Amino acid sequence: MTRMSNYNIRPKDLTDQEFFYGHKACAGCGATIAVRLALKVLGERTFSVLPANCMSAVSFIYPQMAFATNAMIAPFPATGAMLSGVAAGAKALGLKDFQTVGFAGDGGTADIGFQALSGAIDRGDDILYICYDNEAYMNTGIQKSGLTPYGTKTTTSPAGENLPGSVKHKKNMFEIVAAHGIAYAATASIGYPNDFLRKLNKAKSVRGPVYLHILASCPTGWGSKTELSVELAKDAVDSGLWYLAEYENDEFKLNVNPKEFASVENYLSKQGRFKHLKEEDINVIIEHRDKKWEKMRKTWL
Amino acid sequence: MSKNLKFVSGDEAVALGVRLARPHVISAYPITPQTIVVERLADFVEDGSLKAEFMHVESEHSAMAAAMGVSAVGARAFTATSSQGLLHMAECVHYASGARFPIVMMNANRSIAVPWSIYGDQRDSLGLLDSGWIQVYVEDAQEALDMIIQAYKIAEHPEVSTPFMVNLDGFVLTHTYEPIELPDQKVVDDFLPMYQTANKMSFEEPKSLCFSTSPADNQEFKYMQHKAMERSIHIIHEVEAEFEQAFGRSYHGLTESYRCEDAEAVLMTLGSVTGTVRTVVDELRSEGHKVGLCKIRYMRPFPKKEVSELGKMVSKVGVLEKNVSFGYEGTVFTNVNSVFSSLDTNVKSKNYVGGLGGRDITKDDIRAIFMDLLNNESFTERVEFIGMGCDTNE
Repeated sequence: MTRMSNYNIRPKDLTDQEFFYGHKACAGCGATIAVRLALKVLGERTFSVLPANCMSAVSFIYPQMAFATNAMIAPFPATGAMLSGVAAGAKALGLKDFQTVGFAGDGGTADIGFQALSGAIDRGDDILYICYDNEAYMNTGIQKSGLTPYGTKTTTSPAGENLPGSVKHKKNMFEIVAAHGIAYAATASIGYPNDFLRKLNKAKSVRGPVYLHILASCPTGWGSKTELSVELAKDAVDSGLWYLAEYENDEFKLNVNPKEFASVENYLSKQGRFKHLKEEDINVIIEHRDKKWEKMRKTWL
Repeated sequence: MSKNLKFVSGDEAVALGVRLARPHVISAYPITPQTIVVERLADFVEDGSLKAEFMHVESEHSAMAAAMGVSAVGARAFTATSSQGLLHMAECVHYASGARFPIVMMNANRSIAVPWSIYGDQRDSLGLLDSGWIQVYVEDAQEALDMIIQAYKIAEHPEVSTPFMVNLDGFVLTHTYEPIELPDQKVVDDFLPMYQTANKMSFEEPKSLCFSTSPADNQEFKYMQHKAMERSIHIIHEVEAEFEQAFGRSYHGLTESYRCEDAEAVLMTLGSVTGTVRTVVDELRSEGHKVGLCKIRYMRPFPKKEVSELGKMVSKVGVLEKNVSFGYEGTVFTNVNSVFSSLDTNVKSKNYVGGLGGRDITKDDIRAIFMDLLNNESFTERVEFIGMGCDTNE
C-alpha cells in the first residue's frame, strides 16, 4: 500500500461541485455512487461515455440531462470504441489536460462490450474504463450476465427444484484485462470509497488505458434494503466474495488481505437473490472463494 | 497550371481524396474489396503526408463507434467498409445519422453472404437505404475522389449535418486502374474549410449527446432528420456548382441524363455499369434506336424531381440494378416507381435485376434490355433476372 499512498485523497478534499445529479436512479443505487465519486476526482474537463445501461437510462432523458460535464451514450457494444474515438478526436484537435471515462455495467463490459474494450486496451489509448458491476442486466429487468455469481436468482437464471439460479461463477474480468498488459487496472467496491478514490486519482495520472472494476450494489436487482447498499458492498469484500487489488507493471497486488473472512451466509442472507440457496450451494460458493484466495495470496502479495 | 494526373485504382482514388480532405481521425477495419483504401491511408499517416490519428479498431461496429466519438468532439472522421462489414456496423450507421454526425464513409459495394462472395453487387448499401445516410453511387475513380471531397462539404453543412456514404462497385471500380486528375491541396483547403459545429461536446459548453427521448419528443427529432435530408438536395446542387468552379468538373446533380432527349426507352443505372450502358446507348443511337441513359447518382436524398421529369419525357423506362428485395423487386425500381405513380403520364417501367454476386453485366445484356424495352408493348412482366445461367420460365 505504501507504494500507492501518495495518490490518497481525503474525502474532505473532494470538490463540493456536483457533476452527476437530478437523475432518476433507484434509491440505494450503488452505481450512481461510483459515477458521482469518479467525476469528482476526474473533474470538470471530462468526457464521459456510457453505453445503453442503467446510468445512461436514468440521466439522459431529454430535456433533463443529469451530467454537468460532457457525456454521451454509446451503442451497447461500443463503449470502448467510442471512448477511444473521443480521446483520439480530442487529441487530434490539440485539446490538453482532459479525461475520457467510460461507465459500463457488467454486461456492457464482460459480455457485449468486451470486444471493443479489448480493442481499446490493445491500442493503448489514453482512456479510463470503469465497469460498475452490479452482477446482472439490471436495466432490462435483472437478467444473468457473465458477471453474475454462482447461485444468483435472476429472471433468466431462475432458482427452482432443478437449478440453484446461475450455475456459473463470475467471469474473471480483472485478470482478463490485466492479461492485455494494460497500463493500470484495479478492483474496487463502493463499500470502500477511500480505496476507490485513491485508485481513481492514480488512474488520472496514468498514461494509456486504465480499467477500474467496481462492485456496485443494486437494491432492485439484489432484493436488498436500500439503506444496506454500502454495507453489502463492504460485506462482499470482507467475506472474500470480492477483493480489492491492483495490476501494474506486470504485477498483481492484493490491497486487502483479511486474516479472517466475514460470514458469507450473512452477506447472502440479506439479499433476495440468494434467499433460495441451500447449504450445498453455499459450500460451492465458499469453495470457489477459497480457491481464488489461495492463488491470490500465493502470487499477489 | 499543368494537371496533376495519376494512374490509380478506385480505392486509391478514394484514399487520395481522403488525404486532401484532411480528416483528424481514420478508424479502419479491413474488408475486401475496401482494404486498399485503409492501406494507403495508413501509408499516408506513416509517411507524414496526412496528419491524422489512425485507429486500428477491432471491428466495423467499433470503426463507426470510434468515428462517432471523433465527431462528437467536433473533429473530422473517416472510415471505409463493405458488405458484411457494413451490416456488422448497421446499428452504428443508424446511430450516426440520428446523432447528426457528418461522418464520411466509403463503401465498396459487395455481395452479402450466403452464398459467400467477395464480388460486387449493391445489396449491402441498398439494405441500409433507410439508415438516414446520404448515399451516392459513383461511376469511376475520378468521381470517387471528387465525391469524397464534396461529401464532407455537404455532410458538414449546418443545414444538413448528416453522414455521407460514397459507394463504389467492388472490384469493377475499387480494383481497376484509371487516370485521374489530382486536385491541388490549396484549392481543396479553400473549398473545404475545417469542420465547425455546435453539435459537439466542449469544455466551454458541456453537452450530453446521443440522449434518449420519451414518445412525446422522439418523433420531432426524426422529423428534423427527414427535413435535413430533404434540405441536402439544394446543398448538393450548391456544393456541386462551387466544386465545378474550383475544379472544373461537374456531375450534373442527383442524376445524370445521357441522350434522353427524344428517347423512346431510357435505362436507369446505379454505379459503374453506367459506363457500359453509355457505350451501348452510343452504339444503338448510331444504329438509329432512340435510347438514353439516366444515371442515378444519389439514392438518398432520392432524385424525385429528376425522375419525375424523366417520367414525363419518356414512355418506357428500365431500371437496371444489382439488387433485389426477395419476392418483390429491386429497391431502386420501387423508389423510381413511387415517383412515377404520382405522374399523370402513362410511363411504363420494368426492373432488370443482374450482376448479383459479381456476375458481369455485358454489352450484349444491355443491348437485349434496350431491345426488350423498345419492343415491349404489354409490360406485364415486372421483374426480370438478366444473364441467368438456367431456365427461369418455371
